[in-house]
Amino acid sequence: MKIAVCIKQVPDAKDVRLDPTTNTLAREGVESIMNPYDQHALEEAVRLKEKFGGEVTVITMGPPQAEEVLRLAIACGADNAVLVSDRAFAGADTWATAYTLGRAVETLGNFDLFLCGKQAIDGDTAQVGPGLALRLDIPYLTCVQKIREVGEKALVAERMMDDGFDVVEISLPALLTVVKNINEPRVPSLKGKMKAKKAVITALTAEAIKADPASIGLAGSPTQVVRVFPPEPRGESAVFSGSVDEQVAQLVEKLKPYL
Amino acid sequence: MLKIDKELCIGCGICEEQCAFAAIEVKDGVAEVGENCNLCGACVEVCEPGALVSDIQGAVKTDLASWSGVWVFCEYRHAELAQVSLELLGIGRKLADRRGVSLSAVIIGSGIGKCAESLTGYGADTVYAVDHPDVEHFTEDRYSRILARLIGEHRPEIVLAGATAIGRSFIPGVATILDAGLTADCTSLEIREEDGALLQTRPAFGGNIMATIECPRSRPQMATVRPKVMKAPEFDSSRQGEVIEVDLGSGELASRIRVIETVAAGEETVNIQESDILVSGGRGLENEKGFALIRRLAKALNGDVAASRAVVDAGWIPYPHQVGQTGKTVAPKLYIACGISGAVQHVAGMQSADVIVAINRDGNAPIFNVADFGIVGDLNEVIPKLITKIEEHRQA
Ligand SMILES: Cc1cc2nc3c(=O)[nH]c(=O)nc-3n(C[C@H](O)[C@H](O)[C@H](O)COP(=O)(O)OP(=O)(O)OC[C@H]3O[C@@H](n4cnc5c(N)ncnc54)[C@H](O)[C@@H]3O)c2cc1C
Ligand SMILES: Nc1ncnc2c1ncn2[C@@H]1O[C@H](COP(=O)(O)O)[C@@H](O)[C@H]1O
Repeated sequence: MKIAVCIKQVPDAKDVRLDPTTNTLAREGVESIMNPYDQHALEEAVRLKEKFGGEVTVITMGPPQAEEVLRLAIACGADNAVLVSDRAFAGADTWATAYTLGRAVETLGNFDLFLCGKQAIDGDTAQVGPGLALRLDIPYLTCVQKIREVGEKALVAERMMDDGFDVVEISLPALLTVVKNINEPRVPSLKGKMKAKKAVITALTAEAIKADPASIGLAGSPTQVVRVFPPEPRGESAVFSGSVDEQVAQLVEKLKPYL
Repeated sequence: MLKIDKELCIGCGICEEQCAFAAIEVKDGVAEVGENCNLCGACVEVCEPGALVSDIQGAVKTDLASWSGVWVFCEYRHAELAQVSLELLGIGRKLADRRGVSLSAVIIGSGIGKCAESLTGYGADTVYAVDHPDVEHFTEDRYSRILARLIGEHRPEIVLAGATAIGRSFIPGVATILDAGLTADCTSLEIREEDGALLQTRPAFGGNIMATIECPRSRPQMATVRPKVMKAPEFDSSRQGEVIEVDLGSGELASRIRVIETVAAGEETVNIQESDILVSGGRGLENEKGFALIRRLAKALNGDVAASRAVVDAGWIPYPHQVGQTGKTVAPKLYIACGISGAVQHVAGMQSADVIVAINRDGNAPIFNVADFGIVGDLNEVIPKLITKIEEHRQA
């Protein structure tokens, strides 16, 4: 089974915040991590490989430093890593990202299964997976919490819904986006880390994937950010004082509109 | 690409401070942009001398003006209309009136007749009803193909859907088929006075920043909208509208996806995104039994139960109840966090609640930074007293 996993490097949420005095984004010490959902996608791919054989290719579109997450992915069991990187990709929205990843996949060849995270925690959009599937003209499911069976031509998965879940059969090749409870990702082994150090990473530029310049980066993005601003600050917080009974009484007073 | 006019740049460094991605840096008195610039434009806006320009060379579709009208996708599942659909008709009506255009609803399902008719009473001028046994269950490919075909035929300028499991699953497919811009999980929608463009505002980075997005060069302008932020209109039986039955071609019903079974909600899988009141428990509950306390408080308040990741991972409560960055984003009227420390990843999922209450024995827990009201104390003592007081109040 040939599996491709799309992973993204994102800033760690604990570092992304607004400086309360200047109202600008704090940039000191912003660390990058592999998008948490993508760790689950990768883990699922590695487990499928361990069970059915085959190989796992991780693909990321991003700046040169995104190589870090590719190496981490190799340490966690991926076989091949592809960095799709070019200044011309900068400013890509989900449409342009899906286009670019689609071109990269077509350059790389055939896969039986594509796994993505449900969403990237920087943009929280959850649009790249479906977009990529449409580009590749393959069916997709989002928010998969379990892969039940894998056959030659189809697989059966559980897809989370707002009111429970659906058990769904989907023909292969297919793309799935996964949620957190699908598995527990492993930590990289020592051997994996060694392998990651030595791994050769395939680099693909806009030219290499024969991308249409009008479809990549900001130019290819139908959506554009016109303004970034801090959320409305929450009001002052009040911690009650007095005995527990007094505090509870004060709280109930505040809760009256909801009772 | 971001361009820096070296003549104009005064090296003040304001752009550097503003950049969320650490992609711009002042070197030798001039700003320099790095590889990881993602052209969000935050720096352009703050640059007083106007030395920064993000030059966009995208092709503009020439026929933007020929797209007209506002469309709302109405979600129908298990013989029920999703509440967010009514909220969308509310905001959709407002946007349509601002633009002086009509509002249409699209509903897909099986046996939807009555429901489809009722949508006119909530503000739709036209309802496109796709009623067929094969679309009773949601499948990504059929739904996106059908909606994309209808949009292509009727060319609305704006298309809205709920940011629900279904909406967020197939609407990106529709946008891809139509080469349209799509903004996920919007919390505010406005029409810009000058040119009638749709301004879509949404939280990013777990709610740490807000971004306003537009689709300047293509139509339709598509958005999924977070449930519970828009107001549902009152039903008005005197409103007139037209229901159009949509015929499906056989190709449209082809699918590479087959729903074998739908496992519907038990008490444990209530959709916490729809709840007005959430009582949320964390590791401070100490064990699974601790959750009984949370359930009792939730019951006393007529609310539902949520949780931090720590307790979901511990197996005390299933994943659909998890709030936060890797769980659900909720915005109830009231959120009571009990024994939750308030890690950023948790706060990301609940900071847009109207009122946040924290109960924690550690007065320095970060949850108190976002809480409107807080009690520092042992939840085993506080919650039972709270329940008693609430019950007393109800009886009084
Ligand atoms: C990539 C990533 C994604 C994540 N996603 C999420 C997410 O989606 N949602 C999420 O919630 N977390 C998420 N986390 C985890 C998050 O960082 C925290 O670890 C988690 O939220 C902590 O849960 P908690 O507050 O229940 O537990 P703790 O942090 O252990 O806090 C327990 C609190 O209970 C208080 N307490 C203890 N006993 C009592 C008592 N008797 N009475 C009153 N108070 C008491 C303590 O003072 C403490 O503040 C994520 C982490 C990572 C790295
Ligand atoms: N730049 C990227 N490179 C590779 N995969 C990506 C990229 N952006 C998004 N993805 C994948 O698409 C998923 C959803 O991302 P998003 O639509 O940005 O929320 C992620 O979890 C990744 O699996």
